[in-house]
Order: sequence, then structure tokens, then C-alpha cells
Amino acid sequence: MAYAVDCEGVEKSFGAGETLTRALRGVSLQVRAGELTMLVGPSGCGKTTLLSAIAAMLTPDAGTIRVFGEDVTRMRAGARTLFRRATVGFVFQQFNLLPALTVTENASIPLRLAGRSAGEANRAARVLLERLGLGEHLDRFPTDLSGGQQQRVAIARGLVHAPRLLVCDEPTASLDAENGQAAMALMRETALQPDRTVIVVTHDDRIHRFADRIAHMADGRIVDIISNRSEAA
Amino acid sequence: MAVIALRMLFGDRAKYLGLIFGVAFSTLLIAQQGGLFVGLMLRTASVIDDAQEVNIWVMDPQADYIDTVRALRDTELPRVRGVPGVDWAVPLFKTTLALKTLEGHIENALMLGIDDASLIGAPSRFLQGSLEDLRRPDAIAIDEAGYLRLWPGETPHLGRELELNDHRAVIAAITDASAAFTANIIMHAPYSRAISYAPQGRNQLSFILARSAPGLDAATVARAITARTGLQALTSADFRWKTINFFLTHTGIPISFGTVIVLGIVVGIAIVGLTFNIFVAENLRQYGALKAMGLSDLGLVGLVLIQACVVGFIGYSLGMGAAAFFFSFATKGELRGFYLPDWVAIGVAGMVAFIMLMATLASLRRVLVLDPAIVFRS
Repeated sequence: MAYAVDCEGVEKSFGAGETLTRALRGVSLQVRAGELTMLVGPSGCGKTTLLSAIAAMLTPDAGTIRVFGEDVTRMRAGARTLFRRATVGFVFQQFNLLPALTVTENASIPLRLAGRSAGEANRAARVLLERLGLGEHLDRFPTDLSGGQQQRVAIARGLVHAPRLLVCDEPTASLDAENGQAAMALMRETALQPDRTVIVVTHDDRIHRFADRIAHMADGRIVDIISNRSEAA
Repeated sequence: MAVIALRMLFGDRAKYLGLIFGVAFSTLLIAQQGGLFVGLMLRTASVIDDAQEVNIWVMDPQADYIDTVRALRDTELPRVRGVPGVDWAVPLFKTTLALKTLEGHIENALMLGIDDASLIGAPSRFLQGSLEDLRRPDAIAIDEAGYLRLWPGETPHLGRELELNDHRAVIAAITDASAAFTANIIMHAPYSRAISYAPQGRNQLSFILARSAPGLDAATVARAITARTGLQALTSADFRWKTINFFLTHTGIPISFGTVIVLGIVVGIAIVGLTFNIFVAENLRQYGALKAMGLSDLGLVGLVLIQACVVGFIGYSLGMGAAAFFFSFATKGELRGFYLPDWVAIGVAGMVAFIMLMATLASLRRVLVLDPAIVFRS
């Protein structure tokens, strides 16, 4: 079957000589469409490196990564940029919202990058933000919002252009338990579609229940994959 | 993306104001010093510029510039008049002499003795009195700034008396003569009277002022004068540049002003470069987020360049406004003649562009090598 994300023998090292660090050591991972997959493991095990490679932000030293059939490891820099713009949505640990832009403007950035007009992009962003419960904060600035609200803006920004792949790096690390649970619930509800997939890197075991599958990593390898759902489902 | 660039820039108010201040300060420094330098250099040739009817200056072959007066024999004047192509030629006496007011105020003044008959060589604009008033006994003309230097706060008026080397002189006209480089007071008198004010010497003819016949090229006629008389004959434009060039190459003025201008550029690059670098460094995460979301390197460069251009434009406008404000006061009295030429303003714009380019280059490198995965680092 065709996977949404198909990694085969992915290797990545940083540094050289005595400082050489092998971040990924032949990682193979298949992610299905319509699933939320979590990458978990101790710090330095290669989760974020793998996520960066899947999101076409990092070129592996060896191996292949296919995302919805496209081999992102063979793409040139320009093609990777276009691929990210069209196919990938991001939710970052530190939100990375632009403080000088309003909530609506922040959420509309991916659409603006895709060439949509400001009016059109803002309208689409508002619809999504209202759905995420931020209707009263559309014209406020990120610094006026709580951490949970900022994360919801970041989720809206990650989803506004309906990306087929949503990658999230520690999306609940800056949130308290309640807000973390709410953010994950929101993400599952909003992002998961039959033709889309979500990959989440996390240290937060309280959110494992939102995953369809959990890939455990250690020392640059995937050591275990646990399914939270029955295969039939 | 331009909106995002501007919002990022204006959003960090402290650095935005720092950048604007850096560019504005550099612009003001460069424009003000540049304008003063140009004004000072133009002052060196102001006597040449004021003699507007003249297009050929004849002088001793060794004369380097307007202030190296090597007197000619009186017989040279008819020889110049006899050169084919010369429409007319008149004498000019130029000297610096001491004057004393009746109140006892003593000053040095530039005295220009112009042709008795035609009075050619005087400034074209008279504020009080007229050229013909110089024909009256003991009559001299004085420039308005010189008058105010002798009698500060007084409304200039005719009839005031002066002593010029123990000779009586009466102010019969007030001119708008251009400020001179070597004197604060500029006086005009008919040639024969001007000579009588100065210490006697065998030859008194400082320059011969001439005009080429209608339809003839001044440079060609000047060459003919040199060939026929052995004297140095230059067009007004050539003599003007020869004079300015003398001051450029024989005085420390260009180095002095040039140093300040270079300092303005260096300070500009330092302040703006550092501030802009910090601005970009602090926003790297935001640039990284945009890059991760699919903004191309070209788009990122555009973002930074838009920010640099806006800072440069606003800073330049403010600095140039401040310089213009300064020069609006520098057009009166003893500071007259100093102004901000268009080409200086354009040159300063070029220098500000250079400052912004230098300041931006280091920042651009940071952006271009930016790893979008920076956004995944906490």
C-alpha cells in the first residue's frame, strides 16, 4: 500500500571526526494517511532530526523519504521550499508567531506565501480561528494572548492552507496539562482527514492517547512502534 | 510579504528608532559637511563668479589662482585689447586693505577696483544705490554682510564714512556680492580711486577682464591672447576651476572635511550595521519560521532588503531635512553662499545606500545560511 510518509534507511550525521554525531542510523518508518503518529524517546534520540527530514527541511545523508509519493530527499532546495509551502503545515514548540502581526495575519501567513491576496487569506484564517475558539481575538497581537491561545493560533497557522502533512514539534511543551490536552484534541479533530496525516514529536506522555501509533526512538533508531488503535479501525 | 517586512520592522520600536537615528545622523553629518565644503570651495572663486559680463581673465603667466596677484604692466591692457576676437578688455585691481570706521572699528577688506569708464566687474545686484553712484567723489560700494560686520544690528544705509589707509571713503551703494574666501568685507570702487587707497607700487593692474567678440568661442580667444601677449588667459570657467583646484590641492580643507565625511560614513555603517545585525539576529527565529513555511531565500532577502530600504529612506529623509534646516539659516549674513546643492543631496543618497548595503550584507548572509530547522530548537 502507498503510505503518506515512507522512510527507508534514513541516516543523518552532524559534525566530523571526534565531534561526529550520528543522529539517525538507518531509520525506516511508514506513516499512513488519516493517522496521527507520535515520535517519542529521550532527548537526542533523533526525533526532531527525523521530523525535519520528513518535512523537507533537512537532507539526509542516506536513505529515502517519500511524502505522498514525492521523494523529498532528491529535491533541490527550491523544490523543497515549494513542497513545504504546498504540502506541510507546522506547529512549533515555541509557537514562533510573529509578534508584530495580529492573530489573523499570523494565521494567514501560509496562504499569503501561496500567493493568495491579503483579504482572501485573512478571511480563510478568520473562519479557522473562529472554529478554534479565537473569534474574539482576531485583531489582537500574540503577546496579548495566553500560551494556550497562542498555541491555537499556531495550530490555525499550521492548518489554514489545508496541508496534507502536519508536523508538530513538542506542541504541548509550553502548555499546562489542560491546555495541552485541549490543543491535541483540537489538532486531531481539525487536522485528521482521510487524505492527511499528522506527525507529532513529544516528550509529554499525557498526550499519548491522542496518537494512532507511537514510534519509540533511541540512539537514532526506531526501537518500537505501538498502535493505539485496532488495525481494523 | 512587504507588509510582513514592515510590520516586523515597526514592531521593534527601539531598534527601528536606533536604525533611523543612525542613518539620519550620518546623512546630516555627510550632507552638512559636504554642503559646507562645497560652499567654502565656491567662495574661493566668488570674485570670478560675480563678474558676470566677463568670460576671459588675463593674468600673469605664473598666477595659480585668484589670490596670487602678480601685477601686470599697464601697457598689457592695450595689447590685450588689440588681440583679434577680443570685444572689450578692462582692468581689475584687487587687494586687501585695512579699513577703519569712525567708531574706531578696524577690519581687513577685499577691495576690487573696477574699470572707471564702464564699471565692469561689479556684482550684478545692488541692494541700495546703483553702479552709477560709484562715480561720485570718494564713493565705494560695500557688501551687505560686510556692512553688518562693521555696524552689527544696524539697518544698512548709505552715506556712512570709512577710512581706507587714511583716505576718506563714503558708502554710496550696498551690494549683494558673493561671500569671499579670504575676507569678510568686499568693497568695489572705480579703478583709479581703488589704487589710491592701496599702498603704492610700480604696477597696479591685477587682472585684465575681457570678453570675446559675439559668436567667438571664449577659449579660442583666450588662446589667441596667450599667443599674442605671453600672458595667461583663461575662460572664466577654467579660471574658476583652476582657483578651486588650487585650494583643493594646496590646503588641508579637503582632508579636514573629507575626514568628517568619512567618519560620518564609518559611524553610519557601525551604528546601522550593528543595530541591523542585532535586529536580524533577534528575528532569525521569525525568518526561520517563514523559511520553514515555504518562503524562498529570495523572498527572505527581499524581506530584509525592504526593511533596509525603508530604514534608509526614512533616515535619509530626516537627516536631509535636518541638513536643509541648517542651511536655511546658513544663507544669510557671513554664512551666505553655503547651501545644499542637488548633487550633494544625490551623492549623500548614494552614500546612504552604500551604508545600508554594507549594513545589510552581513545580515543577509545570516538569513541566507539560516537553517529552517532552527524553529525546532528550543
